[in-house]
Amino acid sequence: MRDDQIRVLIAKPGLDGHDRGAKVIARALRDAGFEVIYTGIRQTPQMIAAAALQEDVDVVGLSILSGAHMTLCPKVVELLHAQGQEDVLVLLGGIIPDEDAAELKAAGVHAVFGPGTSSSEIIAFIRTAMAGG
Amino acid sequence: MPKPAPTQQLIDGLLKGDRLALARAISRVEDDAAEAARIVRGVFAQTGRAHLIGVTGAPGTGKSTLVSALAERYRAQGLTVGVLAVDPTSPFSGGALLGDRVRMTGHSGDAGVFIRSMATRRGTGGLARASADAMLLLDAGGFDRVIVETVGAGQAEIEIASVADTVVVVEAPGLGDEVQAIKAGLLEIADIFAVNKADRKGAGRTVAALEMMLETGGAAAQVRSIFHHGQRMAMEAAASETDAEERWPIPVLETVAVSGGGVDQLRDALERHWAWLEGSGARSAREGRRLGHMLQTLVQAEVLARMERTLPPGLRSDLVEGMMRRQIDPYSAAAEMVKKLSG
Ligand code: B12
Ligand SMILES: Nc1nc2c(ncn2[C@@H]2O[C@H](COP(=O)(O)OP(=O)(O)OP(=O)(O)O)[C@@H](O)[C@H]2O)c(=O)[nH]1
Ligand SMILES: [Mg+2]
Repeated sequence: MRDDQIRVLIAKPGLDGHDRGAKVIARALRDAGFEVIYTGIRQTPQMIAAAALQEDVDVVGLSILSGAHMTLCPKVVELLHAQGQEDVLVLLGGIIPDEDAAELKAAGVHAVFGPGTSSSEIIAFIRTAMAGG
Repeated sequence: MPKPAPTQQLIDGLLKGDRLALARAISRVEDDAAEAARIVRGVFAQTGRAHLIGVTGAPGTGKSTLVSALAERYRAQGLTVGVLAVDPTSPFSGGALLGDRVRMTGHSGDAGVFIRSMATRRGTGGLARASADAMLLLDAGGFDRVIVETVGAGQAEIEIASVADTVVVVEAPGLGDEVQAIKAGLLEIADIFAVNKADRKGAGRTVAALEMMLETGGAAAQVRSIFHHGQRMAMEAAASETDAEERWPIPVLETVAVSGGGVDQLRDALERHWAWLEGSGARSAREGRRLGHMLQTLVQAEVLARMERTLPPGLRSDLVEGMMRRQIDPYSAAAEMVKKLSG
């Protein structure tokens, strides 16, 4: 018997309390058959990286609506790489200006999803990325 | 994607305390039965050290918060803690939302605490099939205490009694009190009761109700052994344990997990139970029972898998059809299948 269960960490870094989007995405991913670990709000990049390691996730999904993405996201990516998880897919959602999104992608974030993104688009992106490896 | 690490590398790594190797080994064990066999074979000799603690109880009683507070108290004594937090898999999608971790923050940056969430997948009884294996890996990874939080349990989720040295049943006031407590099959598996949310009204009543039941019954230990025989785990060891078990007075403690109140006492009770298990000989009795249970589970799974592989195709559907037509009864149909298996 073999499963190839995809495990996803959904985390809210920083002091941002907007957790609706993160919860919507967490539920949508569960309903799509993923195992979703939800960490809740007020996570430091260190906490997120530690959770990603212990949970051995395939995907780390960050949700940021506070504007602090330019400091928080690169830090998470850096920590993941430093602990040997270079292969983890890093996604970002929330309120992210386009120019920031471009810069973050250069810094190792694989995709950025803004308000109004449909769950099916996100699910399809993860499936494709996981199958493409 | 990079090539997955060779199994032996994960085994060597986790035995040396490499946490990423441990995390990846747990995933392998969950995903793949053949890998589970290889990995457990590679680490089993290094297991048997950790105190295996089960924490169970109705949904929302505060299990996760309590486990986190308990881990902190163990850390204060310099003991390392591995946590396995089990949540249910959705029967509709096969996915799971694992939320226990939300209540277990505050340990990051501490290499002495390792928290892993696990979905039940096809497991029953409040645990995943891979839970017992994951506990072995945490044990082999060097954690002094391995705490398993079951899914929010009702009366049927008592599998934890077969995999833990010590079972903590978490109750909370206002859950329907006495009646609820008496009904639950959880009562018979408790080594320690924690009445959590003791900051709330009615905690005293819940404690009193539990204590009364423990006294009037006086029978918890007896019931326990009957239950275990009911689980087809009857072994010689069980009898000697029953004698010993009657000497463990089941404590009923009040805790306030959110503030840490009473958690020192809970840790102390756990340490006392651990010492008692050792001193009374009950520890090896329980370990024998646990390993016997594991053996049985694995043999059942293997026999079922073999049956699926070797049964003549169509036999099952033919028999089902025969049953639907009332040409054959379920018992005879089962006997028919088993005959094909052994033949
Ligand atoms: C609802 C809301 C609130 C609620 C939050 C309730 C809650 N628990 O979530 C309340 C009233 C509490 C609130 C408070 C504040 N808010 Co407000 N809030 C909003 C609002 C109107 C909608 C956000 C929302 O819930 N959208 C619905 C969800 C489903 O959408 P979403 O989060 O964008 O998620 C989608 C995508 O982004 C993506 N996604 C999101 N996360 C993730 C993660 C992953 C992994 C993936 C793949 C995708 C993904 O998928 C989702 C589905 O499409 C926005 C404005 C807006 N239009 O976005 C402002 C907004 C976010 N808030 C704002 C502000 C400033 C605040 C306050 C600071 C206001 C104040 N001065 O007090 C406080 C701060 C609160 C705090 N502690 O952080 C600003 C942020 C400005 C900025 N970034 O520069 C906004 C943009 C309003 C604005 N235009 O100024 N807010
Ligand atoms: N008042 C009070 N609330 C508590 C206490 N312990 C936990 N809670 C709260 O109870 C709620 C549930 O806590 P959890 O720790 O998630 O409970 P759980 O038993 O793990 O829940 P499930 O895993 O969903 O079954 C949370 O809102 C906690 O903050 C306590 O001692 N007192
Ligand atoms: Mg919980």
